Amino acid sequence: MNRVHRFVGEWLPALVVLVAGIALWEGVVRGFDIQNFLLPAPSDIVGTLWTDRGQLWSAAFFTFREALGGFVVGCSLGFVAAIVLARWRVLQTAFMPYAIAAGAIPIIAFAPITNNWFGVTGMTSKIVIVAVLCFFPVMVNTTRGLTSVPASAIELMRSYAATEVTIFRRVRLPNSLPFLFSGLKVATVLAMIGAIVGDYFGGAPGALGVEIRRWVGIFAFDQAWAGIVLASVLGILFYGSVALVERLTMGWHPSIRGGRPE
Amino acid sequence: MNTRDAVVSLRNVTKSFGAGGVTALQSIDLDVAPGEFISLIGPSGCGKSTLLRIVGNLVEPTSGEVVVNGKSARQARLDRDYGIVFQDAVLYDWRTVAKNISLPLELAGWDGARRKARVQEMLELVELHGFGEHHPWQLSGGMQQRVSIARALSFSPALLLMDEPFGALDEMTRERLNAELLRIWERSGSTIVFVTHSISEATFLSTRVVVMSPRPGRIAALVDIDLPQPRNADTREEPRFFELVTEVRDRLREGGLDEESTAPGEGELIVAEETP
Repeated sequence: MNRVHRFVGEWLPALVVLVAGIALWEGVVRGFDIQNFLLPAPSDIVGTLWTDRGQLWSAAFFTFREALGGFVVGCSLGFVAAIVLARWRVLQTAFMPYAIAAGAIPIIAFAPITNNWFGVTGMTSKIVIVAVLCFFPVMVNTTRGLTSVPASAIELMRSYAATEVTIFRRVRLPNSLPFLFSGLKVATVLAMIGAIVGDYFGGAPGALGVEIRRWVGIFAFDQAWAGIVLASVLGILFYGSVALVERLTMGWHPSIRGGRPE
Repeated sequence: MNTRDAVVSLRNVTKSFGAGGVTALQSIDLDVAPGEFISLIGPSGCGKSTLLRIVGNLVEPTSGEVVVNGKSARQARLDRDYGIVFQDAVLYDWRTVAKNISLPLELAGWDGARRKARVQEMLELVELHGFGEHHPWQLSGGMQQRVSIARALSFSPALLLMDEPFGALDEMTRERLNAELLRIWERSGSTIVFVTHSISEATFLSTRVVVMSPRPGRIAALVDIDLPQPRNADTREEPRFFELVTEVRDRLREGGLDEESTAPGEGELIVAEETP
């Protein structure tokens, strides 16, 4: 009973805001008779999500595969690069400034270039741009996690005659997990952005970004909005599933167990 | 004392950081006999933590000879001849209390059943029975430090190195853990080298206090603590205890600096290492 109570207390306010927001949107569109091309009513968008579900889902699934492919490639390379950088400090001093700077530049601006290099209509160009987007946050975060181990934690392992490999496996790697997951969560968001915006610069017919642009071009705003809503839902699900894996693998972490008791 | 019988034997040990840089330790000679409880006391910058790390082969001396358990410090480390406890408990958050204690046993290749039995034994020794499945951050600072001590003793090393283990704890907890440490020391029969900046702690715990002075770090005096064993809360109220505290304080003054200038919790080693 207490758990139900706490659950309601934590989630009810957010739920109220969601329902009120949608109701306000619906009311404003109907009350002021706003034109469909400016802003369709939520009910119209939901209707379109249902009637055009076949086309919408196949478009969304296509683009999600681009995002997922790039995410897997970019995050894997980022993780491997972090291990290399954490192992050889000189590489870290040489490359880290650029990796951090990469977080401040709009990599997505390179999408037309990758289209040019790897083909406009194929998946490869989108996978590449998504991979580049995902690479940096994962690499920077993981490197920090692998290297931000207290000196005494390493000294303790050395006092047990542990080898570098053992120290890596038993201390550095677990220490880096919270950092790795925060990088992965950022990467899920960037992956969806990268795939859809990559499509905007030209992509395979039937990709979600391509379709959204086409719908806007032919004044099919209900469809365009439905596509955007679907992309958002997929983005949230993507993020949520990584967050779930984080919870399952890091049950020990204070932030997940509800903080340090004081 | 014969060097071969000593658990720790230091001959003319010198440590300087950087090329022609700060001399952290100069010409240290010291023998620690089996079963001794020896404290290194001195103000910040006297190199007492560095000296402890040299014994543990975590820091290489610039010159001099270090013999631990009759072999080189490096060989002693590789043979896991000592356990170490830091000021910070250094418990791994991703491991339960029991798994933290069994870490050195895992590294030494003990099988599961043997590890489990030893962990139970250790939890009882430090009076944390029933906390094995807790995570470190669920425990108070004093309890965490007890886990750290249990871990250091789990593989029954002949030597226990302690670097200001109770420095971050409040006075009440510290005095309770002091008494507990003496009980553990008596039961385990191990030799302890203990770094502290507290005069009363050093006097209460030790069989011998090594008074160090700074810049460069060297041994200023050795004070034998002839208080009877076993010691308890009453020991702290005996006139002889106060005499010895006064003597250690006087030796510290003669060494250059008195206790007021010994700032607690300063990482001398880290500061020294950052000096180019």
